[in-house]
Amino acid sequence: MEKFKTLTTTAVPLPIENIDTDQIIPARFLKATSKLGFGENLFRDWRYNSDSSVNKDFVLNDTTFGGQILVAGDNFGCGSSREHAAWALADYGFKVIVSSYFADIFKGNALNNGLVPIQVSPEVLKNMLTHIQNDPSAELIVNLEEQYIALKDTDIKESFEIDAYKKMCLINGYDDIDFLVSNKDKIEAFEASRTI
Amino acid sequence: MGKTLFDKVWDQHVVHQVDNGPQILYIDKHLIHEVTSPQAFDELEQRNIPLFRKDQIVATADHNVPTKDQHLPIQDLLSKKQVEMLSKNCQKHNVTLYGLGHPYQGIVHVIAPELGITQPGMTMVCGDSHTSTHGAFGTIAFGIGTSQVAQVFASQCLLMSKPKSMRISVNGKLKKGVLPKDVILYIIAQLGTNSGTGYFVEYAGDVFENMSMEGRMTVCNMSIEMGARGGMIAPDETTYAYVKGREFAPKGEEFDKKVAYWKTLPTDPDASFDKEYNFDASEIEPMVTYGTNPGMGMKITDSIPEKNDVSFEKSLDYMGLKKGEKLLGKPINYVFIGSCTNSRIEDFRIAANYIKGKQKAANVNALIVPGSQQVAKQIKDEGIQEAFEAAGFEIRQSGCSACLGMNEDKIPAGEYCVSTSNRNFEGRQGQGARTILASPLVAVATAIAGKIVDVSQEKEELELV
Repeated sequence: MEKFKTLTTTAVPLPIENIDTDQIIPARFLKATSKLGFGENLFRDWRYNSDSSVNKDFVLNDTTFGGQILVAGDNFGCGSSREHAAWALADYGFKVIVSSYFADIFKGNALNNGLVPIQVSPEVLKNMLTHIQNDPSAELIVNLEEQYIALKDTDIKESFEIDAYKKMCLINGYDDIDFLVSNKDKIEAFEASRTI
Repeated sequence: MGKTLFDKVWDQHVVHQVDNGPQILYIDKHLIHEVTSPQAFDELEQRNIPLFRKDQIVATADHNVPTKDQHLPIQDLLSKKQVEMLSKNCQKHNVTLYGLGHPYQGIVHVIAPELGITQPGMTMVCGDSHTSTHGAFGTIAFGIGTSQVAQVFASQCLLMSKPKSMRISVNGKLKKGVLPKDVILYIIAQLGTNSGTGYFVEYAGDVFENMSMEGRMTVCNMSIEMGARGGMIAPDETTYAYVKGREFAPKGEEFDKKVAYWKTLPTDPDASFDKEYNFDASEIEPMVTYGTNPGMGMKITDSIPEKNDVSFEKSLDYMGLKKGEKLLGKPINYVFIGSCTNSRIEDFRIAANYIKGKQKAANVNALIVPGSQQVAKQIKDEGIQEAFEAAGFEIRQSGCSACLGMNEDKIPAGEYCVSTSNRNFEGRQGQGARTILASPLVAVATAIAGKIVDVSQEKEELELV
């Protein structure tokens, strides 16, 4: 996994609530057997019309906006557990997702792929979205070590929470498999101790 | 202070507490399928890590399989490749696979309970969010991502922070025609689509105590639709009777020993929850959804609420519906009875009982998809298939089918489908398809009438329900 410490970049605003993982990557694209290339179909049915023409009204097709942070409405990533949603967002080029609420499974999947989900208060989210929509060149600063997110040259700044273990993993580029496998002796001892 | 059902099962499975971090949680059973496992097998191979406990894994092919002519090669090449890869991986790693054509094949959350793989007090995971289904047995069961599938392959464990606890109690008597599906749709409509995020739910009260295991599975299945990782119901005599005698259930003395343990699992009277909700069963009526998340549900006789909100309006726009509109009487051309929510034998018994000599409306295309080969066999043995066929319905072979439209079973753009599945997201049943979630009774009544009807008004039809 890639290491993550700080990031300063412009952002893409997507102020829709309850964005489910079926929208992030529709089921018909889940037939791949590798993790590669899902970015091409990220938000497929919002990016393209039913005749496959480009939907000019969708923010990813609006060249005014760009950057490695997606700022989205409340309850992002609900629904299906498909990790393909995190792969698609990361493959497209996003490194951070900001929302006022994340669904549990999505949050875990994102963290396991070095994609940082940052939860901010509804007020800060609203302010950020308004700012970015008014000024697409506005930059967000994410500092994982100090656990804050800020909108450059404004007083919009908020600290965010992250599990200390997950933070350590992101900063060092570690993942859970290595950690679990290194605990095999404890796991075997647990198995041997079970009476039920 | 006392412990909850969830606490008791969780605490039994904690291997280790990481300093200032999560816990290492032991997983008893790991279910896998063709869509979310290939990248996990890949991950192991790339890192040269062996499968840690192959005997605790069970595989089936369900998500993208055709529901017609399953004996023939799969037409869709990508689906075919995924299913073949599952077979290859299972063979290579010596994992039990109930693939296409096997008498135990079916939707992963239907087969594990019917084979007795699911048992009270266990921890279970699967790369599928509806793994919460197994909570009906007093099991901690939840959906995981593919990285976590690889973690369980490698260590039979996951790194987890203990979720908060919520109890949802429903007491009283359910009205005629109100099914477990209506109960859970009602709860989600009341609490909202993200109310359970960060929580594990326990469903309590006499409504759940009086429910069959099939009904309990329907309820727990949809816990994720309010954001909860899982939902559980305390095991009781109904649970033990269901598990007893099943293929992989403990037998003889071992079974009695297990029952004695399972009896210690229900929540202690003095245990407390982080959040509690109480509902009155008599308030619940047959439900339908009108929007693009399962929280957008209402009583079948209600009108769509007036709400000024961009996301709400976007949703109604997709559905082609208006604020204040009623769904009662709306013509419907597609009906789907199936999915891990409602494709068990009881669901088809209820539907067949309602049919009793009636005919499917000419405008309706109905997909009737049993959850497993075993359910399909039961349908045949009990004469249900005959009843359906006489009414003009075709019964398909088992799989996830039109719940997520990964195979050919899709609803055309712009069409409404009254569906017994669990998600009404945009495009879920096919690009542009409009899903109305409902119980198997509402679905079958819609198929007969060709429009949405209030089943609770048809008293004499509801004797079995």
